[in-house]
Amino acid sequence: MATARSSLRKSRFGALPWIGPAVTMIAVMVLWPAIEMIRTSFQNVDQTGFTKGWNGVANYRSLIHNPDLPGVLSRTLVWVTVVVIATVLISLPVAQLLNAKFPGRKLVRYAIIVPWAASVVMTSTSWKWILDGYYGVLNKVLQDFGLIKEPIDWLGNPNQAFIWLMVVAVFVSVPFTSYVILAGLTTVPGDILEAATVDGADGFQRYRTIIFPLLRPALLVSMVINLINVFNSFPIIWVMTTGGPGYLTDTTTTLAYKISFRDQDIGQSASMATVNFCIVLVFIVVFLKVSKWRETSE
Amino acid sequence: MTTLVMPRKKKRFTGKKVSLTISGWIIGFIFIAPYAQMLLTSLKPKSEITAIPTTYLPYKWTWSNFVDVWHVLPLAGYLKSSFLISLCATLLVLVLAVPAAYYVARNKFRGRTAFLLLVLITQMFSPTALVVGIFREIVKFHLVDTYLALILIYGAFNMAFSIWILSSFFKSIPVEIEEAAWIDGATRFGTLRRVILPLALPGLVTAFIFTFISAWNEFVIALTLTSSPQREPLTVGLTSLIGQYQVQWNFLFAGSLIAIVPVVILFALIEKWLVGGLTAGSVK
Repeated sequence: MATARSSLRKSRFGALPWIGPAVTMIAVMVLWPAIEMIRTSFQNVDQTGFTKGWNGVANYRSLIHNPDLPGVLSRTLVWVTVVVIATVLISLPVAQLLNAKFPGRKLVRYAIIVPWAASVVMTSTSWKWILDGYYGVLNKVLQDFGLIKEPIDWLGNPNQAFIWLMVVAVFVSVPFTSYVILAGLTTVPGDILEAATVDGADGFQRYRTIIFPLLRPALLVSMVINLINVFNSFPIIWVMTTGGPGYLTDTTTTLAYKISFRDQDIGQSASMATVNFCIVLVFIVVFLKVSKWRETSE
Repeated sequence: MTTLVMPRKKKRFTGKKVSLTISGWIIGFIFIAPYAQMLLTSLKPKSEITAIPTTYLPYKWTWSNFVDVWHVLPLAGYLKSSFLISLCATLLVLVLAVPAAYYVARNKFRGRTAFLLLVLITQMFSPTALVVGIFREIVKFHLVDTYLALILIYGAFNMAFSIWILSSFFKSIPVEIEEAAWIDGATRFGTLRRVILPLALPGLVTAFIFTFISAWNEFVIALTLTSSPQREPLTVGLTSLIGQYQVQWNFLFAGSLIAIVPVVILFALIEKWLVGGLTAGSVK
């Protein structure tokens, strides 16, 4: 025991060798780029990436005057709101289903893991092919059921394309969310549910008064994590429409990328990215609040 | 009481069970459908890909596509890049995360809260949000178009998850086991290596697989930082085919499946540990 004590005490001096390398790594590869990005947003950078001195808020001014910005902003709001809410609304019954016993449940559970594990880029590629205007299987199915007469170029029209982008975003977000809710569901004590049944509570009443309140923490946490992921989502839009036609299916995340790596306006792009960065920071504060609320209630 | 309730319950159950089973299978089908479509497309001959009307099943099952894909596309090169980058990033993460997680699990120290906060915030930030800054930094370091750049970035951004999951595993190991080893004269590092790590093996495996997969699947940073085809990982290499005049969808999807299948199997192995790690201990 004495050895243990002294060993513990000795380690108090040595926090650095244990956590130092990890902290350095995070500082250099995460914090540095963040600072570099914010700095760039106040600099005058030419097309080749060469810095020509400070620029005040000129980059932000050119961002505000970017004619595509209003559309992109409102689309981002729709994107985040619709995808996150739809994801949660679909994940609740899916989790319930995964928690129930039926033949083949294991297989269904594995099936739902696939979009979570597979690269989103490749999933989006498959969707792009399914929605193809000439050879896509969706048109084929709809025609065979007599729902449409002529094949539709689903990704050709920006409004329609954007709806499909949101569908795919929900598709890749539901698995993770369902599993988080499922983890919450398994904490619901079976005997309480049984007691409620004996007392004559029907399925909906049990869900509303017992299951749902117990799920709230899991639900809140998964919602905030989704909020961040969906806001930062890039591959779906990039693969399926590249934000096009023009900028008509861009969100602020893909817009920042496009301004930088296609239009070569690095200063303006950094200002857009910095705005995005601040939005994510706000989401993180919300996350901390939400999960702390859970910690104190534990 | 049970006997009174049972008959009524049983009768309701069968109808409910049928509808449960049907909806379960429908949900499962929906989530597997895009990958099934990938498989079916990858098994069609070239002529059938662009045939109208579209076929559901391949008219001619062309299993040889999975052989031909290796010389039609530079698939071996993509695989090599993906594998090297993911493996090195994963090893880097483990080497740095294990001591940090162990220390955090066992000690209270000044700055512990700050450290945990830093880890949590990093976990929330995807590299996508910082890609402009990352690119500028990598240019400054003269690391554009190198494996090293991707390894360092993936390592840093995945550190958080591994620290979380490992420290929760370390915490669950009773401290008495360590104390016994110390009394026997083992050093702190020796205890970690010989006593703790073997006991925390499921945690190590989870951290390993999770980091490997997220490096394997990453797209934005690889797209931005690689410029020569022989250094492109799978995600970038395969999607670069879409922009081409004539997309060879059958080979593209054969390649995609070769990339996806092993990863899905690995993922299924660690599924039960994932939720806790991803929600950073806020959901039990």
